[in-house]
Amino acid sequence: MKIAISTTGNTLDAAIDPRFGRAVRFLIYDTEQKDFTLVENEQNLNATQGAGIQAAKIVADSGVQAVISGQCGPKAFNVLSTAGITIYPCDANSIAEALELYATGALQPAKDATVEGHWV
Amino acid sequence: MKIAIASGKGGTGKTTLATALAQAATEPIQLLDCDVEEPNAHIFMKPQLTEREAVTIAIPVLDTDRCTNCGKCGELCQFNAIVTIADQTMIFSDLCHSCGGCILVCPEKALQEQPKTIGYIDTGHSQSLNGDTITFVKGTLNIGEAMAPPVIKQVKKMVDPNQLTILDCPPGTSCPMITAITGSDFVLLVTEPTPFGLHDLKLAVETLRLMDIPFAVVVNRAGCGDNRVDDYCSDEQIPLLLQIKDDRRVATAYSRAEGLLTALPEMVTELRALLGRIDNCVAAAQRSLS
Repeated sequence: MKIAISTTGNTLDAAIDPRFGRAVRFLIYDTEQKDFTLVENEQNLNATQGAGIQAAKIVADSGVQAVISGQCGPKAFNVLSTAGITIYPCDANSIAEALELYATGALQPAKDATVEGHWV
Repeated sequence: MKIAIASGKGGTGKTTLATALAQAATEPIQLLDCDVEEPNAHIFMKPQLTEREAVTIAIPVLDTDRCTNCGKCGELCQFNAIVTIADQTMIFSDLCHSCGGCILVCPEKALQEQPKTIGYIDTGHSQSLNGDTITFVKGTLNIGEAMAPPVIKQVKKMVDPNQLTILDCPPGTSCPMITAITGSDFVLLVTEPTPFGLHDLKLAVETLRLMDIPFAVVVNRAGCGDNRVDDYCSDEQIPLLLQIKDDRRVATAYSRAEGLLTALPEMVTELRALLGRIDNCVAAAQRSLS
């Protein structure tokens, strides 16, 4: 399966970007192939509104089944849930560490948005 | 004539000046509270509000039987208010700007407009010091709604072109402020003599120059900071039409829901003179155009 991790870098050693909607990019990790691709999120980084919605679409279109990020707002949560994608909030230091935590089942799926929206 | 009271920085005294000008006017006028995210002119004007009407915007609703999830609506939407994902199209109506584009672009005619109430307009009357009628209009954006401009536009529909109209505008230089000042004959920028006041005044000046609306500056709480606002206005050849001194009595009155003229009644002469000076500025601007 594929997992999207929000990040500011471009390797498995890179830090997790704590923002989902306005993450710099997503690292899409394939757990079977044990390799990854990068998807830029620049357009949403600069969006005036609705960044979480479009970031959710980007990762859904990448065919992922899980997202690992720092935070996830209500609209992004809504879209990701509709797409059947599980969100794992994580404050690990690196993507590799987060994937390790995921593999051992140490990450808990979010039942709801982890932060409030910016319009409420 | 329409005079908009704007500022850039919030809390500089827009409402203080707008309500005092309305009370000082020597003819029947209109006072429009366009700061719909937190209208407060009524607190000082104490108008008799007699009518209320809802403000609605058109938002798209989806007929899921017709929708084929082609995603064209979401691709068109510049406000990220529609997304098609996993064979489902989702609408986030609080992000919608009511442009209607999604409805036009839908090949299946699966989207239709539906009204959504986002706020309301109150109308009523108050009185000036002279006893003239002040027609009072107030817009209120419902809590949780993000789109102030439609409410501001509806407030401005109440403008009577035959009367002097004072518009108490929202702070900042973004859409709500632009919507409020658009179509005004003159803008008074209220600022305070502080670094913050000057910084945001510059942004407001830049905005007004782009919009090509004649404007002047009023310094509120004069004496509380430094002379940089005065120097800036003089360097930029911006008329500085009035200085309201920093006086504790104004703050005390404000905390009791009383206006500037309750605290400093002698200012009525200066405010009436200010209205006259604005007339001159507008006339000069019109001459320079013709």
